[in-house]
Amino acid sequence: MDWVVKFARSSIGAKAVVALTGAGLVGFVVAHLLGNLQLFAGPEQFNNYAHGLKSLGPLLWAARLGLLGMFVLHIGMAIRLQSMNKAARPVSYQSKKAQASTLASRSMLLGGVTLLLFVLFHLAHYTLGVVDPQFLEYKTAEGWHDAYKMTVIGFQSAPVAGLYIAAMAGLAMHLGHGVSSMFQTLGLNHPRYRPLIRGIGPALAALIFLGFVSIPIAVQLGIISLQGGA
Amino acid sequence: MNLTLNVWRQKGPDDPGRMVTYSANNISPDMSFLEMLDVVNEQLEEKGEEPIAFDHDCREGICGMCSMMINGVPHGPDRGITTCQVHMRRFNDGDTLWIEPWRATAFPVIKDLVVQRGAFDRIIQAGGYISVKTGGAPDGNAIPITKTQADKSMDAAACIGCGACVAACPNASAMLFVAAKASQFAHLPQGQPERYRRAKRMVDQMDEEGFGNCTNHYECEAACPKEISVENITLLNRDYIRANLTGVE
Amino acid sequence: MQLESNIPSGPLEDKWEKHRFDMKLVNPANKRKYTVIVVGSGLAGASASASLGELGYDVRCFCFQDSPRRAHSIAAQGGINATKNYPNDGDSVFRLFYDTIKGGDFRSREANVYRLSQVSANIIDQCVAQGVPFAREYGGHLANRSFGGAQVSRTFYARGQTGQQLLLGAYGALSRQIHAGKVKMYTRTEMLDLVLVDGHARGIVVRDLVTGKISSHAADAVVLATGGYCNVFYLSTNAMGCNVSAAFRAYKRGAGFANPCYVQIHPTCIPVSGGYQSKLTLMSESLRNDGRVWVPLKKGDTRRPSEIPESERDYYLERRYPAFGNLVPRDVASRNAKYVCDEGRGVGHEVNGERRAVYLDFRDAINRVGEKAIRDRYGNLFHMYQKITGDNPYQVPMRIYPAPHYTMGGLWVDYNLMSNVPGLHVIGEANFSDHGANRLGASALMQGLADGYFVLPYTIGNYFATKHKGKVTTDHPAFKEVEESVNGKLKKLMDIGGDRTVDSFHRALGQIMLDKCGVSRTAEGLKTALEEVAALREEFWENLKLPGGLSGMNVSLEKAGRVADFLEHAELMCHDALDRSESCGCHFREESQTEEGEAKRDDENFSFVSTWEYQGAGEEPVLHKEPLEFENVKLTTRSYK
Repeated sequence: MDWVVKFARSSIGAKAVVALTGAGLVGFVVAHLLGNLQLFAGPEQFNNYAHGLKSLGPLLWAARLGLLGMFVLHIGMAIRLQSMNKAARPVSYQSKKAQASTLASRSMLLGGVTLLLFVLFHLAHYTLGVVDPQFLEYKTAEGWHDAYKMTVIGFQSAPVAGLYIAAMAGLAMHLGHGVSSMFQTLGLNHPRYRPLIRGIGPALAALIFLGFVSIPIAVQLGIISLQGGA
Repeated sequence: MNLTLNVWRQKGPDDPGRMVTYSANNISPDMSFLEMLDVVNEQLEEKGEEPIAFDHDCREGICGMCSMMINGVPHGPDRGITTCQVHMRRFNDGDTLWIEPWRATAFPVIKDLVVQRGAFDRIIQAGGYISVKTGGAPDGNAIPITKTQADKSMDAAACIGCGACVAACPNASAMLFVAAKASQFAHLPQGQPERYRRAKRMVDQMDEEGFGNCTNHYECEAACPKEISVENITLLNRDYIRANLTGVE
Repeated sequence: MQLESNIPSGPLEDKWEKHRFDMKLVNPANKRKYTVIVVGSGLAGASASASLGELGYDVRCFCFQDSPRRAHSIAAQGGINATKNYPNDGDSVFRLFYDTIKGGDFRSREANVYRLSQVSANIIDQCVAQGVPFAREYGGHLANRSFGGAQVSRTFYARGQTGQQLLLGAYGALSRQIHAGKVKMYTRTEMLDLVLVDGHARGIVVRDLVTGKISSHAADAVVLATGGYCNVFYLSTNAMGCNVSAAFRAYKRGAGFANPCYVQIHPTCIPVSGGYQSKLTLMSESLRNDGRVWVPLKKGDTRRPSEIPESERDYYLERRYPAFGNLVPRDVASRNAKYVCDEGRGVGHEVNGERRAVYLDFRDAINRVGEKAIRDRYGNLFHMYQKITGDNPYQVPMRIYPAPHYTMGGLWVDYNLMSNVPGLHVIGEANFSDHGANRLGASALMQGLADGYFVLPYTIGNYFATKHKGKVTTDHPAFKEVEESVNGKLKKLMDIGGDRTVDSFHRALGQIMLDKCGVSRTAEGLKTALEEVAALREEFWENLKLPGGLSGMNVSLEKAGRVADFLEHAELMCHDALDRSESCGCHFREESQTEEGEAKRDDENFSFVSTWEYQGAGEEPVLHKEPLEFENVKLTTRSYK
């Protein structure tokens, strides 16, 4: 099985790992979004969903470990590829014009690292309660954790809402290039479907962006409040 | 026309090199870009200075020898042509031009604008062919090939091996070059027996030569003087992954 | 000099078969003990290196470009002929043979040409197997077209890039052998001299163009596949690096140079736009199918073409050749363009006080069939023309002028492609063998690959098995001697210290040659050219200015070495053109023309191959004649009236 290591070390193999883990992470992001959108359905629905997740027990931990693994592989491989890319051109041009690449394609690593910092903040904010230890103390009538209240209070702070919106813009940019790129890297493209595959990344990114930012915006506008959803 | 040229000068492989400014005066708009450099060079020679070394040969866009970054774009501002096909009427009087060699670890500079592209040859040597001995070939019409496949193969085969794809790529990746050769054969029935082995060997050699990795910027496609499509890279990715996952040779 | 053509006996169609059996073979286990040096990596050189490597020989291949894939064969556009007769239009080995002999104006060897025609079909099969993407019909079979006035469709093509695709096929085969360790490739390495030991070619001396280092390479045979010498004219359709040096140094070491005056000049090239012009670009001859060639009736008429009324235009080809009109053969079209420009009726840019271009006008064709139809036929050519000249040929007539394109002359070889120097083989454009005084369209690619894939690999073995003498290494004093002479010559060039650049000499040489040894030649002009070339050469060796030094890359020094050889070779061409006082093929002597001004061949006195033997610096070369005998074709005269 040493071919696996060899393959993963090759340029295309390494990118395939990045693409596959990226696909997994996109899946997570979409699931996360679908969960979050339940905020619009009111506190009961959302807290039920949150409690359901927490009750998964070992399954939850398996999922968390899986996610962590994907993150580590995705980021580790990307950094390795990037360092090889840097080594491939040690002397840079005095003058260089971009003809086809985009800001998104050129800032994948920077964007990725920024997203990582955001994810850490996000975990500290809502999962670990580092920002406001009270967050974990909110309880529903059933005695469950009141995730609804926590989220709404969290987003009632304008700077926090702003930060989340900015981070989602970064995520959208990352996925805008990353999703289409994933198809290309895995060899899933064909001249006939080129426009579709080139378009799917930006389209999915836009949907994810709109979905996620709708929540802090709705909170800020009072559409979602502690009293319940719209 | 009068122009200011900023040209990369480097005495030899070990010299650090630097940009030097020259003025090119009384340039006719009908001149080709390389003829403009010829004129500058002859003036340098008359002054007893060494002319700017640059690679060139056929001067009609097919040999793949000429290789320069002109104002930050391989082969200059127009799409689908090589440096030797750029004409001075493309520029304006008083313009400042930046002229640099291809930059990549795998393409070390030999002198001025001349780089060594032997890495491309070694990639081809690793497997960029159909192994057939002189002699025993069947009749050319023995295997019918659909026109679509023949045309796709020809589209990929148009590669002239100039290295503009590497020069343009922010990662100095050679994927478009490798993919073009691999898919020329992948589209033909004659190329099938070695298809996966070829993909594997060429990519492995490419990695060994120190090229960067393709991260799908598609700068290569925009810079390619033969406008070779990045769909060839898709095919190579697929073939390489398949070669590794299934172990077919 | 002994010129033994070694043509096998027997009927024409059996000669090659018989010869292949008669030739001695080298034991497979012994092949690896023979080293073969191949200089040049174009169609001939790459195909020969690959095939010899496959057979088991130890091959060393040299090219001056940065990769073997860049040889000038790559620029051939049109196609490659083969006697497949796929279109069922009556082609045959004999028909291609006959067309080639006739096209060469009966100045080539029957046996060589017949063999070329015989192996032509194998080339297509070989290239298809290599993955050359030839054009296909919808049914999946190979497409053919008629090319260069041939009456059968025998030309195979890969878009407008046939030369490129065939070369890349051969380059692939060569790369495979390099990978297998059977061929060692030396790029950016230029052959500067040939080394003879006991009269046999046993090695070469080369310069590494990156480091400047001179080194020797010993072998059991040397193969020159170094292309043609059109760049003697400075401006030609050849690549900038094409040169005669390897062949010429071999000539100076005793190899005969055959028919040096046979140069094909292509009528439809984009004309010179200024003194800075470095190279000429060929445009497909097919343009003459719809374009009408004309110049103004009046001398020095500088009005724009649209302002010149019909009555003041001279459609000179239609006027002089009513039957063929604008479709007269290449040499006739070229010559007539020169004449009208000589009369002062040329058009376009004034360069050195002359206007050297004629119009190729599509106005009538566009009026007749519409712009769209013309665009469909010639869109890419029109686009290329516009890119280069800045003129839009849909609105303004194209300007064209002839340009040197291919040299039929080359080192003399026998039926085995071996020169009169034992062990020295010459293949492709570098030899003289197959095209006579004029080459047919789509035949250059065919000959290069025939020599490399299917002829030399057999015949070289016969040399090893019969004439070859023992091993030598570079320790032999002959190598030291040649190295010293090479070093001496380079040093001499560097030490001249004059004040004229090498390009300026080259341009001056080109001007003399184009004017006096180009499309149309006279005894008087050639004699003047001999004097002018000699004077220019003298000045070259006194007044050349070279920057840089001997070590490291020195582009000017490379050019100087090549121009030094062109300056001598030009003289050889003029001698040959002067001696051949007949007109034949591309060689037109104004003294030998019919009353209508057509080329007049003199079969009685000139049915021979002129082979020149070097006599030392400044001495006139000596002519040896190899008589040409025609047993299978009847000599006829061309007529395009």
